[in-house]
Order: sequence, then structure tokens, then C-alpha cells
Amino acid sequence: MTAVQIIFLLTAAVSLGAAIMVVTTRNLVHAALYLILTLFGVAVLFVLLNAGFFAVVQVVIYIGAISILMIFAIMLTRRVMQDIGPATNPGWWLSAILSVVLFGGLTWMLSSWSGFTTPLPAMPPGIEPLEQLGQALVSPQYYVLPFELASVLLLAALIGAITIAWEGR
Amino acid sequence: MISLSYFLVFAAALFSIGLYGVLARKNAVAILMGIELMLNAVNINLIAFWRFRTPEWIAGQAFALMVFAVAAAEVAVGLALVISIYRRRNTVAADEIDLLKW
Amino acid sequence: MTTESIIWLLPLPPLLAFFLIVLFTNRNKALSHTIAVGAALLSWLGSMVVFFRALQVEHLGDHPFTSMVNWLPTAEEWFRVGVLVDPLSAVTLFFVAWTILMIFLYSVGYNNFGQPRGDHDRAGLPPHGATVLDEHGHAHRVPSIEPMYSRFFAFIGLFAFGMYTLVISDNLLTLFVGWEIMGLCSYLLIGFWYAKPSARAAMIKAFLTTRVGDVFMFLGIVYLYSATGTLNFREIFTEETLHTLATTASGFLGLSAAGLIGLLLFIGTVGKSAQFPLHTWLPDAMEGPTPVSAMIHAATMVSAGVYMVIRIFPLLSAGAEHGQLTTAMSVMSFIGAFTALFAATIALTQTDIKRVLAYSTSSQLGYMIAALGIGAYVAAAFHLVTHAFFKALLFLGSGSVIHGMEHGVLHTEGMAPGEGSVKTPGSALDEALPPPAHREHIDPQDMFNMGGLSRKMPLTFWTFLIGGFALSGFPLVTAGFWSKDEILADAFGHGHWLVFITLALAALLTAFYTMRQITLTFLGEPRTPAADHAQETRWTMTVPLVVLAFFAITAGWVGIPVTFPLLGGLSTHWFHEFVGSTLLEMPETLEFSIVPLLTSLVVALGGLYLGWLVYRQVPAGATDPLRARMGSLYTLLQNKYYIDELYDFLFVRPAKWLSDVFTYRWVDRGLIDGFLHTIAWALSGVGTLFRNWIDKPVVNGFGDLVGEAVKWIGRSFRFVQTGRVQQYMVMALVIAFGTLFYYLYFMLQR
Repeated sequence: MTAVQIIFLLTAAVSLGAAIMVVTTRNLVHAALYLILTLFGVAVLFVLLNAGFFAVVQVVIYIGAISILMIFAIMLTRRVMQDIGPATNPGWWLSAILSVVLFGGLTWMLSSWSGFTTPLPAMPPGIEPLEQLGQALVSPQYYVLPFELASVLLLAALIGAITIAWEGR
Repeated sequence: MISLSYFLVFAAALFSIGLYGVLARKNAVAILMGIELMLNAVNINLIAFWRFRTPEWIAGQAFALMVFAVAAAEVAVGLALVISIYRRRNTVAADEIDLLKW
Repeated sequence: MTTESIIWLLPLPPLLAFFLIVLFTNRNKALSHTIAVGAALLSWLGSMVVFFRALQVEHLGDHPFTSMVNWLPTAEEWFRVGVLVDPLSAVTLFFVAWTILMIFLYSVGYNNFGQPRGDHDRAGLPPHGATVLDEHGHAHRVPSIEPMYSRFFAFIGLFAFGMYTLVISDNLLTLFVGWEIMGLCSYLLIGFWYAKPSARAAMIKAFLTTRVGDVFMFLGIVYLYSATGTLNFREIFTEETLHTLATTASGFLGLSAAGLIGLLLFIGTVGKSAQFPLHTWLPDAMEGPTPVSAMIHAATMVSAGVYMVIRIFPLLSAGAEHGQLTTAMSVMSFIGAFTALFAATIALTQTDIKRVLAYSTSSQLGYMIAALGIGAYVAAAFHLVTHAFFKALLFLGSGSVIHGMEHGVLHTEGMAPGEGSVKTPGSALDEALPPPAHREHIDPQDMFNMGGLSRKMPLTFWTFLIGGFALSGFPLVTAGFWSKDEILADAFGHGHWLVFITLALAALLTAFYTMRQITLTFLGEPRTPAADHAQETRWTMTVPLVVLAFFAITAGWVGIPVTFPLLGGLSTHWFHEFVGSTLLEMPETLEFSIVPLLTSLVVALGGLYLGWLVYRQVPAGATDPLRARMGSLYTLLQNKYYIDELYDFLFVRPAKWLSDVFTYRWVDRGLIDGFLHTIAWALSGVGTLFRNWIDKPVVNGFGDLVGEAVKWIGRSFRFVQTGRVQQYMVMALVIAFGTLFYYLYFMLQR
């Protein structure tokens, strides 16, 4: 058991526990806070995968923007959403079974794949992932078109969100 | 030694938990949280496959970045919808928003 | 333009006027009558041109104006129609053109052109008069304009077209076409005031009665065509054709083909010219406006019947031995003479000014028919011409009298309640006059309501007097004397005593009732206030009177016999020479005889004197002086020998019974409807059977089953449509996982 494994297992356990709390806790503010915890765990895993940039992006976008946005939304809609009554639908058990079956099915399917236990390869020398990513995103041979599309998508979402949430006259 | 299976199992678990959240929670904001969990699971998969299978090819990271953008857009529009519905129907419970029933 | 072209064009202007008025100008009264009178003027002009050109042709009888075109292709050749103007057509054209033009002009005044609209007038009723206010605010009743003014001119235009067509036809078929067009117009114009029940009855009566004659006439035409293969007059009236027809037996009552055809055609004339026994429609036809009575029922249409018989006279007389009459001619002379006397007796007792003239017309046409029957066709044609002029004059004069009387009636009605009181203009219109229904109505056509009109309407009086004297045969100066005298002379000269005596008697009665009419109408004192206030009519009505009066005198001078004492030396006997050349053989000139002349003089002057004597002092409200002297005979005459009642009993009621009881109730309702109802009942039963046993259970059952099944499935599964997104997702995932599992399972099996 190496240090990396220990760190992974600890992080995974905390993340999954927090994720379960997200979907089960009655208090939505708590759920949002648990969500932040989960996202932190995921950021740690990004670090373990040699993707420091993504860890930073995860913290900045997910934790810094999305989670805060959610807390705002929760607070804006809180007046009627008193924490009374069940937090889940009557058919929650079916959802639970589906989730378990999905998890089991995925695991079973992946485990029957030969590359399932691929060991961690060393990073090839002379490759700087961040620099490579940056160049790929603006290179016409690679991903400049999806990149621009993503920016258009974000613009559309921005305008759409304003339009939808605009208070009618 | 850590292997790909660790990350894949973790991602599957996170995805399943997110799915449960989407299917079972009443509150629309909570459903959005479940979706965030599922998207994170996908991102972990993408990064993990890049790291373990093709570290010299940057496609996995590029895809992950797109997922980030889509997630941000989704949350922005989703929350706007939630607030809009809340204004009109005074509720954000998903099972009460059933205008399309028979 | 050649004469033939003009002849072709003669009927066109009135026809065009008819269509123009009906289609375009019927809203504009002034334009409508301008078009109609203009068209009559054009045709008149053409007729005069044709007439005077015809005079310049030598031997027009042998070389008439003719022109023909191919019309209908028959088996091997063409049926040809065309125009023909021989001496007979020429003189007919002359008087037709004059009378039509005069009557068109007269109609403008008669229909009150220029007067205001009536207060209560509506289409289909005679104008009732309008109320106008003078500058002092007094309300006056004045005649109002005819509501259907334009329609009247359209109809008489169509009529004129029919008459011109008839006159210029060179064959029986187009003659018959014109004949029937006139029949239609007669029907339309008798019923011109169609809202009056009596007018409606009269129009139907006239149409049906003349139809009886026309059917026989058409049979005659058909027989003639099948026997000779042509209907052209000049082709039929050749020696060999007539000889063939006269010698062919028709197989009916021993008549020759010529005789039978002649008789059949003659029955058409009996209907059209109102001869006994089909005379009953003519007096009733007086329901129409007076210009119509003058034109259709005195001057032109009824004359057309006589014209046609004169046309076919060679056919009627075919096979006559010297002096011997053919069967057809005997029948004609009998019917003609009988009608002449018979109608004259009825005319004695009539009180309606127009009805007297109607019976007189019937009687005078009988004269012509009788003259034809004894072979005096020139005399018949002569009397036809003179009669057309003086009878049109008399009718128009009577219309003028009626008009003057109507004016008086309106005046007295208007004056009586409002006299002497000054009213404000607004209320005067409303209050001065009681509604028409409450007023005591004075019949402006009843001669016993008149009297003394000679002072009120001098022009009408003098022209009417001329017409009346012409009708009576006042010696030497009037046209009627010469033509009537010629008929009598012919009857006497050929030894037809019975006809002679009958006609002489009729002439006496004619003079009597004419003088009765003149005396009652114009002489003596006014018998009603309306007569006292009568007024002379306007120039559009009096000018035609004067023109026709001129012809009523002068038209006779062309036919003065050369053998007549003194005057004969001045005469060229032009008419006899001219018209006589129409036929193959010229009739010989009669030797002069004093007996018919004396008879004429005696009956004319005697009748006139007697009429004046009896009626010169009839006080207001008195009954006819004749009534006391004649007793029940008077009642018989006044009721026209009860012939209308007889026809009602013999024909009308059986026909009604046949149609109502037999045809309608028994055959139609009982037999045919019963049969149909039985079939319908049976079919309905079969239908019910199909419906209850096949359609409903099987067809409908299947259809309903499909529909119900779909409904049931929908109802059963609609619970899945909860509208909740999460449930949909759960269901979608369950199904997706299930399918995935199923496939994976079988993939692993393999």
C-alpha cells in the first residue's frame, strides 16, 4: 500500500460519503456544503492524476461559482421549501435499486475489460500537459472549433438565463 | 501501486449516487446537484483515461474542459428555470411541476 | 338601300327596343319611352318607304318584293324563310305602321308621363293618383305615373315586333311565330296590372282561349306542310298546287285537303279574331290598359286573324265552282255573319265604354269574315284597313274619356273633404284625404256616370264622333260607309240573301249602340260631379286622335266603287285594283245596285237617330231605358247570353273536376302515390332489416370495437403520463436496463 493509494482511498471515502450526504440530507444548505466537500475530493483526485490545472479549475468554477450559485438559488426559493415532509419522492427505493444496479453493472462490465487494471504509467518525458492543452485549444488542427462553440454556448446560456429568470412586468 | 480500476470504480460510484439524487430528490436544486455529481464522475473518467491510456495525447483533457463549460451553462440555465418556475407556481418541487400530465 | 333590305329590317327596331328597355334602361322612364317611340318611328318610316315604293311598281301582285334565305335544312333541301310584300301586305303595313306609331305616342300620355309618383301606387295595380300641394297649401289629387312605365313600353315593343314579323312573312311558319309572339304579348298586357284578380283571370282566359284556336291552326300548318312540302305562300298558291289540294280527299267529313287545311287555319282565326264561339276572351281583355286594347284588341292583333284568312283565301276558295261556295267558305260566312249580329246585340246593353267597343270589334271582324266567306275578299281587306283606323281611334278616344273622367274623379275626391279650409302643408297631405279604401268609388268607365263631356273634352268629342260615325257607316264622308257598303253590295250582288240581311241588321244595331255610346258619354248634362270636372287630355293623347280621325275619313275614299253614282266618276277604284291583283284572278267589278246602298243609308242613319232618340235624356242615376222595353231579353243580353257561364259549366268545371278530383285525388294521390307508398314501405322494411341485422351489429360493431379498444387502451395506460420528469426517467432507465440485460444475456448465451 503506497502513500498514493492511501491518499486516494481516504479522499475517495470522504468524497463518496459526502456525495451520499448530498443526495440524502434534508437540509439543502447542508447538501450544498456536502457538495463542496465532494468537489474538493474530486479536485484532489485530479491532482493525483497529474492534472493540476483541472484541480484549480475545479475549485474555481465548481466550488467558487456553481456551488455558490446553488446556495443563492436555495436561499431564493427557501420560503416555501420548508424542511418539512419527505425530501424524496415516494418511489425513491426504485431509484436506489436502479443506482445500485447501474453501479454493479458498470463495475462488472469494466472488470471484464482487459485494460481495467492498467498500472499508472510514467509521464512521457518532454511533455508539458498544460502547454499542450493550451496549444491544442487554439490550434486549427485540433480543438479551436469546439473551443469557440463552447464560448458561444456559454454566451447563449448567459443570455438565456437572464431571459428566463427576468421578472415579468 | 494505484491502477485505473480505482478511479473507474470511484467514478461509477459517484455517477450512481448522482443518478439516485436526480431520480429520487424532490427539490429541483437538489436534482441539479445530482447532475453536478454525475458530470464530475464523467470528468474523473476522462482525466483518468488520459492519464493511464494516452498521456501523450491531450484529447481527454480537452474533452474535460468542454464538460466544464457545458456544466457551467447547464447550471446557469437550470437555476434560472428553477427561479422562473418558483415565481410562477410558488414551488420548486419536481413532482408538483406536472403540467404535461393527461 | 334596296326595298327588300328595308323589309327585312322592319321588325328589328321594336325588338331592339324591347331588349334595350328590359336589360338596360328600365330604371329610366324617359329614356325607355324615347327608345320605344323612336323604334316605332323607325319602323313607321321604313314601312312608309316600302309602301310608297310598292305603289310605284306596276303589277305588284305579279312581281312582289320577295327575299328568302335558307333556314332549316330538311332532308333534301332547305326550309326557306323570307319576306314578301305584295299589295295586301303593303296596305296592311300601311295601317299597322300608322296605328302602332300613334298608339306608342298615345301611351306616353296615357301612362301619365311627367306626373308625380302615386301615394299608394305599387307595381301591378293601376295608378291611383297622387296628392300635390299648390302654392296656397291646398292639397290636390292628380293622376300619378304608371309604376311599371318602362315595362309597358318594353311589352308593346315586343308586340310591334310580332306584328311586323307577321305582316312581312312570306310563309305560314314565320307568320305563326309572329302570331304567337303577339299572343304572348296579349297575355302579358291584359294582365299588365297583375295585382288585380280580374286582370289575372282575363289574361289566363285570353291565353287559353286563343290557344284552342292556335292548336288547330298549327295542325293546319302541319297538314299543309306534309301535303305540299312548303309553307311559302307563293309556292302554295299556284294553279297546280291548289288544284292538287282541292282534288285530294282528306278523309274527314268528305272535305278536300284544301278545305280541311283552310278550316283548321280558320279556327286559328276564330280564336285570334274573337269569333263565335271563341269570342269570350276579347271583352275580358279590356282589363288591360287602353292603348293595349286599342292596339292589340282592335287595330292589329285581332286584325291579324283576318289578315291571315285573306292571305290563305286562295286555299279556302280552291275548288269553288262558279258562284258556288266551298264548305270552308260556307262555314266562314255563317260564323262571320252570326258573330256580327250576335256581338252587336250584346254590345247594346253593355255599360262599360270599353266593353261596348270590344263587342263592336268582335262584330266588325265578323263582317270581314262573312265577306271573305262569300268571296268578297277585297271588301274584307278594305274593311280591315278602315276598321283598324276607326276602331283604334275609338279605343284611344275612350281611353281619353276614361282619363278625363279619372281626372274628374280624383279632383272631386280631393276637393270634397278639404274644400274651403286652409291647412298647413304638412298636415294637408296626411289629413286632407281619407285612405283610398274608404272613398266612394265612381267607376270612370261606366257610361252612365258620364254625360256632357263634349264641352269638357271637345277634341276628344269630335274625334270620337268621327270614329263613331265611321263605325256606324255614316254616309259618304266616313271610311266605314264605303267599306261596309262594299261588303253589303258584294253580299247582295252575289245573291247571298241570308248574309245580306244578317249583316244589314247588325249594321243597324251597330249604328244604334254607337249613337247610344256617343250620346251617353258626350251629350246631355253631366250625371256625376266627376264628369263635371273632367278635363281634356294632353297633346300626346290628342295628336294620335286627330291623326287617326283623318284616316278614319280619308281611308275610305280610295275604295269608292267606279260604278257609284256621281262620286264614282271621281274615283279610280284604286284599292280594288291594287289589292285585287294579289290573287291569281282579279275579281270582277260588281254592277251598281241601289238596294244595298239604300239599305246602308237606312240602317246607318236610322240606327244613329234611334240611338239619339232613346238616350238623349237620361237623368243621373237612371237605368238604361232599353231595360224597361226589352225585359228579360235585356238581362239575357247583358249577361252575354250566359255563354261564359255555359263554358264554365261545360269546360272549366269539368276540367277542374278532372284535375282536382280525378287526376289529383284519384289517380295521383290514390293510384300513383299508393303504388309508390307501397314500394317505399316495402323498401323501408328491407332497409330496416338490413340496418338492424347487418349494419348495426356487424359493421357498426366492428367499427365500435376498434374505437372502444383504442379508447380502453388509452384509458388503461394513461396513468404513466404523470407529467413528472423523474418518473419518466425512472421508467426509461428501467426499460433501458431491462433491454440491455436481455441482449447481454443472449450475447453471453451464444
